[in-house]
Amino acid sequence: MKSSVIIFPGSNCDRDMDVALKKFGFKNQMVWHNDQSIPKSDLIVLPGGFSYGDYLRCGSIASKSKVIKSVIDFANSGGLVLGICNGFQILTETGLLPGVLLQNKYQKFICKNVHVKINDKENKYFKNIKKEVLELHIAHNEGNYFCSEDEIKSLYDNNQIAVTYCDEKGQEDEKFNPNGALKNIAGIFSKNKNILGMMPHPERMIDKYLSSNDGNFFFENLIENLK
Amino acid sequence: MEVNEQIAVEHGLKKEEFKKICDLLKRTPNLTELGIFSAMWNEHCSYKSSRIHLKKLNTKGKKVIQGPGENAGVIDIEDDDAIVFKIESHNHPSFIEPYQGAATGVGGIMRDVFTMGARPIANLNSIHFGSPQHPKTKNLLRGVVKGIGGYGNCMGIPTVGGQTYFDESYNGNILVNAMTLGLVNKNKIFYSKAAGINKPVIYVGSKTGRDGIHGASMASTIFDDKIEEKKPTVQVGDPFTEKLLLEACLELMSGKSIISIQDMGAAGLTSSSIEMASKGNLGIELNLNKVPCREEKMTPYEIMLSESQERMLIVLENGKEEEAKKIFDKWNLDFSVIGKTTDTKKIELFFDNNKVAEIPINILAENAPVYERKWKKTKLPQKINFNKDDFKKLKISEVLKKVLSLPNISSKEWIWEQYDHTVMGDTIQKPGADSGIIRVHGTNKAVATSVDSSAIYCYAHPLTGGKQVVCESWRNLISCGSKPIAITNCLNFGNPEKEKNMGEFVECVEGINEASKFLNYPIVSGNVSFYNETKDKGIKPTPTIGGVGLLKDYKKMITMNLKNKDNLILVVGKTEGHIDQSVFAINILNEKKGPPPVVNLFNEKNNGETVLRLIDEGLINSAHDVSLGGIITAVSKMAIKGKKGFKLNNLKVLINKFDYYFGEDQGRYIIEIEPNNLTKVQKILKDNSVHCDDIGIVTENEIIVDKEPILHIDDLIKSNKFWLKDFMDK
Repeated sequence: MKSSVIIFPGSNCDRDMDVALKKFGFKNQMVWHNDQSIPKSDLIVLPGGFSYGDYLRCGSIASKSKVIKSVIDFANSGGLVLGICNGFQILTETGLLPGVLLQNKYQKFICKNVHVKINDKENKYFKNIKKEVLELHIAHNEGNYFCSEDEIKSLYDNNQIAVTYCDEKGQEDEKFNPNGALKNIAGIFSKNKNILGMMPHPERMIDKYLSSNDGNFFFENLIENLK
Repeated sequence: MEVNEQIAVEHGLKKEEFKKICDLLKRTPNLTELGIFSAMWNEHCSYKSSRIHLKKLNTKGKKVIQGPGENAGVIDIEDDDAIVFKIESHNHPSFIEPYQGAATGVGGIMRDVFTMGARPIANLNSIHFGSPQHPKTKNLLRGVVKGIGGYGNCMGIPTVGGQTYFDESYNGNILVNAMTLGLVNKNKIFYSKAAGINKPVIYVGSKTGRDGIHGASMASTIFDDKIEEKKPTVQVGDPFTEKLLLEACLELMSGKSIISIQDMGAAGLTSSSIEMASKGNLGIELNLNKVPCREEKMTPYEIMLSESQERMLIVLENGKEEEAKKIFDKWNLDFSVIGKTTDTKKIELFFDNNKVAEIPINILAENAPVYERKWKKTKLPQKINFNKDDFKKLKISEVLKKVLSLPNISSKEWIWEQYDHTVMGDTIQKPGADSGIIRVHGTNKAVATSVDSSAIYCYAHPLTGGKQVVCESWRNLISCGSKPIAITNCLNFGNPEKEKNMGEFVECVEGINEASKFLNYPIVSGNVSFYNETKDKGIKPTPTIGGVGLLKDYKKMITMNLKNKDNLILVVGKTEGHIDQSVFAINILNEKKGPPPVVNLFNEKNNGETVLRLIDEGLINSAHDVSLGGIITAVSKMAIKGKKGFKLNNLKVLINKFDYYFGEDQGRYIIEIEPNNLTKVQKILKDNSVHCDDIGIVTENEIIVDKEPILHIDDLIKSNKFWLKDFMDK
């Protein structure tokens, strides 16, 4: 399986994502933001970080970068696009995913482990995943997901809500919402579920010496589904 | 403008220093030249009050690749890997403008590290604030934490450890000390010494603006009522540009075109160009019209003294300009050939085709003033004769809960949750532990690191305090199973022109040095920050020690959380029950006098090495060093982290139980072991003549002292976890 990680100036989880993808068997290549085309890939990843310094608004300048047109074309043709953290912000800024990521409710950067519940398994990302609740890590200042009433209704109607903040048993409650996100949303799909944007970082949780290794479930399953 | 004595004094120079300049130059300097002298001769850049004392420091060792004098120190961690590290203060700017002051402190120290060719892999910080009741404390803390996070998070470097301390002596002068570790191949280290004549001098990074002019001079004066006016001297940070600069520099460094490289930190273009030339025994010629400027009509004076951030100066091999420019173009950074090295041994500046400054380099560097300031010894205070009858009124459970919730003991999670501590995917021990631990990417090795200070002890008796803080750093590294290698120090003191403050400095340095030598724990880099004083009120002497240790096999790492019910809890090292200057004496008994605990370097070394041996043999389940708050505080913290309880037996020693549990004797560790390992552990300890008390066992969740169930683990968690959160958010 071939994957491509896009590097924007200011991306800083690009290497971590590269390490994780390779660990689970992807042949990964790094693609520079000024490149116009992306090598043939089964998966494109927009990594975390502070693309273009996150100036103006998080992800907004990246959404106008040279490479992004190829990402959009790839996504529109049904290709798998995964955006983590800043990558999720970029996906909302390009319009590939609805809504926006506002500043965290408590106006602080938050870096900690959280639990997220997988809400939909009818997709390439989570089909057959062995665990319903994953312990992952968040590290962001703008992860407070928000969208209009129509959009949220449509997200529910189409089962586009991918992962939600919860406790270790999968119980959703405002108590477990780290950033004020609407309906505890940690990640969403596009309508046909080939695009996934989420705030938590599975790539930081891939061996037991790190805070958790639940990221393994995510990547192992993803490559299996792509085979 | 005609330069005279008055203008020189306004530049922070003493009258006699101005006279010396005129004598050395054999003329009066022009304004640009005066600015250059003021930048090079201030305390921050010249170390004029501290130099003769720093010369005595223990800076050599088998593992030391580079000691003080470069951008950062370098140590060998085997297999061609080396760690570049340093700590630096950004105290004055952070008090004036906490967000930018702290942010640029972090940016500056990271630049020092990647200038040497190392990719930063971890950040730490030691921050000291005034009393929580002081009206400024909350906002300063909030701003500093946001600033540190804002810069480090954006750079994508994990902040893996730190220390926060409150004391009223910092009411008017907070301390912000930032430390960075970087990883480099030991054969590919870059230095600042220029070599060769007619080599192009390159400016890269951000454009030069009017920010930060006189920053270094500001950091060399005491504060008065008008500090707000100094806001323009604080630099403004742009971590995004620094991230690009990091990647561009490392890309250029992978080739062979750089002769030398130096970041523009304090005193900007002035000190970087002069240092490079001075170290190479060369001259340097700069055309200031070529310096990329952010603002219009900047004068040579402003260009030379600007402390705009995220800039580097590079001496390149001839003919490599195009190749280098391509890399900086790719990263969208300014790149300009601004001059060349010469054989004149002078710095010569040109602007609009005129020579605007010409100064022999040796005058600026080697001839900078050095002062042997007068200093006063601090006598060891008399021991306090505590009335043990007063203790009878105290209940262990109440005292323990109070101690755990004190500002200086309580959890600092509110702070470190705002720092990205997991980016780069190698953080295997997070903040809140004895040390932060990061794996050396792709190997079995890991590096442990911590920062420590002990202002209370240093204030009571600087010589002992200096020794103690080095020992505490050593213990923090050992507790997690790493072998301590070397330290960096940040020496934060008051006004060196006062004999008492200078004495505190001299004796703390002496103590640090003594411990460093005995423990074979050399000092490879550091920085001095004097004049931490506002309107005559100085800070307590606060040397901060950043330590680095190596774990050859990260799988042998030890954490501090209690692991399993019925395991035994042992105290390694002898407990005499020293409570003078302890958290217990100061906060419970309200007694601030007395001597700090005695530091016995022999025991310290022996106990530490023996604990390492126990860890190496796989006999220890968890470990933690005993520091503020004594044994019971240490065990409680282990219990809180492991969500377990503990039962402490009746004391077998003839010491009052408050002295025993809350005393702050040095050289001690708490270890948790399995019952069936007891004989083995006791034998190793005995063979090495290490004292050990078997004090109790791990329980499911009850806290039992002297057979009385006194608390539940949740009580301890509650006492410890919420003080800072409540203080900041309510």
